[in-house]
Amino acid sequence: MSPELSYAYYPGCSGLSTSKDYEISTRAVCRALGIKLQEIPDWSCCGSTPAHTVDHVFSAALSARNLSLAEQMGSDTVITPCPSCLTNLKVAAHRMEQEPAFQQEVNRHLQEPCVNTVQVKSVLQALIQDLGPEAIAKQVEKPLSGLKIAPYYGCIMNRPPEVMDFDDPENPVAMDEILRGLGAEVLPYPLKVECCGASYGVARKDVVMQLSGKLLDLADSLGADAIATACPLCQMNLDLRQDQINAALKRSFRLPVFYYTQLMGLAFGLEEKDLLLNKLNVPAGPALAKMQQAAEAAAEQDAQTKEQ
Amino acid sequence: MKIGVFVCHCGSNIAGTVDVAGVAQAAKNFPEVAFATDLLYSCSEPGQEAIVQAVQEHDLDGVVVAACTPRMHEPTFRRAVERAGLNRYMFEMANIREHCSWVGKDKDANTRKASDLVLQAVEKLRFDRPLQAKSFDINKRVLVVGGGVAGIQAALDCADGGLEVVLLEKTSTIGGKMAKLDKTFPTVDCSSCILGPKMVDVSMHPNITLYAYAELESVEGYVGNFEVSVKKKATYVDWDKCTGCGLCMEKCPSKKAYDAFNEGIAPTRAINIPFPQAIPKRAVIDPTYCRQFIKGKCGVCAKVCPTEAIDYEMQDSFVQEKVGAVITATGYDLFDYRKYGEYGGGRYPDVITSMQYERLLNASGPTGGHIQRPSDGREPKKVVFIQCVGSRDKSVDRPYCSGFCCMYTAKQTILTKDHIPDSQSYVFYMDIRAPGKMYDEFTRRAMEEYGAQYIRGRVSQVYPYKDSLIVRGVDTLLGSQVEIEADLVVLAVGAEASRGASELAEKLRISYDAYGFYMESHPKLRPVETNTAGVYLAGACQGSKDIPASVGQGSAAAAKVLALFSKDQLESDPQVALVSQARCVGCGKCVQTCPFGAIQLAEDRAGNPKAEVIETVCQGCGLCTVTCPQSAIQLQHFTDNQILAEVNALCQQAMEESFES
Repeated sequence: MSPELSYAYYPGCSGLSTSKDYEISTRAVCRALGIKLQEIPDWSCCGSTPAHTVDHVFSAALSARNLSLAEQMGSDTVITPCPSCLTNLKVAAHRMEQEPAFQQEVNRHLQEPCVNTVQVKSVLQALIQDLGPEAIAKQVEKPLSGLKIAPYYGCIMNRPPEVMDFDDPENPVAMDEILRGLGAEVLPYPLKVECCGASYGVARKDVVMQLSGKLLDLADSLGADAIATACPLCQMNLDLRQDQINAALKRSFRLPVFYYTQLMGLAFGLEEKDLLLNKLNVPAGPALAKMQQAAEAAAEQDAQTKEQ
Repeated sequence: MKIGVFVCHCGSNIAGTVDVAGVAQAAKNFPEVAFATDLLYSCSEPGQEAIVQAVQEHDLDGVVVAACTPRMHEPTFRRAVERAGLNRYMFEMANIREHCSWVGKDKDANTRKASDLVLQAVEKLRFDRPLQAKSFDINKRVLVVGGGVAGIQAALDCADGGLEVVLLEKTSTIGGKMAKLDKTFPTVDCSSCILGPKMVDVSMHPNITLYAYAELESVEGYVGNFEVSVKKKATYVDWDKCTGCGLCMEKCPSKKAYDAFNEGIAPTRAINIPFPQAIPKRAVIDPTYCRQFIKGKCGVCAKVCPTEAIDYEMQDSFVQEKVGAVITATGYDLFDYRKYGEYGGGRYPDVITSMQYERLLNASGPTGGHIQRPSDGREPKKVVFIQCVGSRDKSVDRPYCSGFCCMYTAKQTILTKDHIPDSQSYVFYMDIRAPGKMYDEFTRRAMEEYGAQYIRGRVSQVYPYKDSLIVRGVDTLLGSQVEIEADLVVLAVGAEASRGASELAEKLRISYDAYGFYMESHPKLRPVETNTAGVYLAGACQGSKDIPASVGQGSAAAAKVLALFSKDQLESDPQVALVSQARCVGCGKCVQTCPFGAIQLAEDRAGNPKAEVIETVCQGCGLCTVTCPQSAIQLQHFTDNQILAEVNALCQQAMEESFES
């Protein structure tokens, strides 16, 4: 374990509401791994979708404000669990770097100008690149043996590649590696970076039904017990809307949709207060029970072979 | 000295942005200029005649033409001044087109620059001396590198023309990509049936020496007298004894070797003859799979071989060959289909390349010509073809069109229908490029008679779903998304420069473009020549092309070599290094510096060591002239005095001004 790792931490707005379970489990997992998260004081909205649709400079200024605050903390890296925040922070930093005139315009909105020196990463990137899969695997107390997981990254964590600059944009593997280290069986899930319908859930629910329905169908056809995600919006569409999807498509999916940090916490043996599994709409119980049974059966068989 | 200056309009190419009459007027005041004028097209017949007349009327000693690049017309004008009775080296060219009129739009500035360039040429010409070319004997043998269809054609044409040919092939058989194909477009005739006889002709021709499983190690020398070293890679089989019976292959216990000929679609044996019509039909051991090499014991092939041809101790060997010309016909390689992650090539077994599909279609392929899915051997009913995989896409650094994929995809849809009558083919395309003879008719046939469904648009993703592959893309004509549940996906991979093309180019001292394709001397007018005398190009090494074009270029390159060898002697370029015996101290630095081995140490009459240039070997690069501490060695036509005169012409005025201020 590397106790030196310390980051400026940007939770993002959904972390305080719809994805509280992601936020709490992220903090818990980082604590267990000895990663120090320093929350950016007085952080504000990253400027994602609503601001971005109206004014790019304004949207970038919101991101730049947070980056500027991180600079004032003396930090060189900001990490965030939310891919939407990640995208907006990175796009703002990328464009300011490419276009000095844009940076000037953005900085006119800010009390403290953004020098644009901090690096922005997802928590996932920090875990896999800075800490490494071995250190994570070492922390495992209750392996997720027998749990078949479809890893689903969402559309924006790795794309566009020239901005995000992390993992394979068509076939990312970072989460696969972590989950495999937890002892789970990671399925070759081909729609890792497909669109779930995202915020169309408000305007065109039918689109989300189709797109997220397809994701669930593929996971189901591969025999998945659960889906792992890294994005609050993906999680919401797949989990919270699963009953609606079932009704619309006349299917009966019962796939729990975990944040990968919840699965890490489970494997690390953390308590429910750190995981908030009760926040999931599709209960995790049956999948975890099945995993438990499989583990017990395996242990029994193991014991028998030893006796013989 | 009386110098004439001729300033060319080149239509509006130069006159559009340079005041050519003004430049001619200015030239009249340059030193020793006795005559100056402008000409509409100086390279045209009346233009050249005007130069000849002016030389004779004004009794000129030297000529400057200010026009295009000397790479284009220097030989033209040298011949003109020779016709006028001057030595051809009493001529200089000022490039006021590529270096001036084409690069700037400011007419005043261009005119000043053009005048400066003319002055520079005039100053150099004042130091020009008549030079005489010497003749040297040539070796009328030709080396052909690459045994694909272009190389085969070039070799056969040269051999039929009476030349001795050395043909080099890096794999164990000639035939190249064409030998792997099942059928050819637009005639749908059997590829190996039309290529096979040509391959046999190569092996039977008394004038052709074939080195298969061999590579070019090094090249020395110059046009007419190249010395090449050929590396014969160890085959571990004595080919003089091997009869190609194939018994070793049958009995070899190592059955998981990579089968390059079959594009890895199925494994082969560690000792292998790639296909029944191979020329030469000889076995080669792949030591990365052979148990004798991996485990140190096995020896099955050595035991069963009826002629005792197996030799596990064999080493690479080298052969020296002397030739007068080289034809490179090294072909192309296929784009790596794994580079498009969204298509899943390399991840999903039923996503294959077009060349792998050829091997599935081919009766001598691993499935005996039955189309079977690599994953489960099932016969596919719905086949999706995706075009432009590694063509016309800047994001993978392949902005060019490979030119033949539209055609071979149409052919493959026809063959799919022939093999599986109840099948359906779908083709995702960007544009259909079918400009050859009977080509467009062929693609129409694929659509109209064979019912291939052509969908104009790109594919965004291919992914496995249960037993099928879901292919999702866009139909830009309908403006809608399409999704096809396919059994097999074939990626129409484009052409790339063959691996190792740049290394070979450096050995041959020829240039290549940003993608590794060899550069022809002129894109329109010298398509098979290179800028290195005596080295010619044939086939796809110069750029992606189909079989008819490759064969045509093979013949064209052969014709060039036959024309070159129609003379018994060639004239050497007199623009070579010359040693001043009086100044040379015999230090030998030039001998060490010369990259061509063109300088040797000799003795003068008093027994003092002196450098001596072998004129026919010297390439005129000038390295020795800057090395010589005594300035004793000078490059004819580019002497130190001439270079300095040029520098002075450009800088004198600026220098004086800077001193004054």
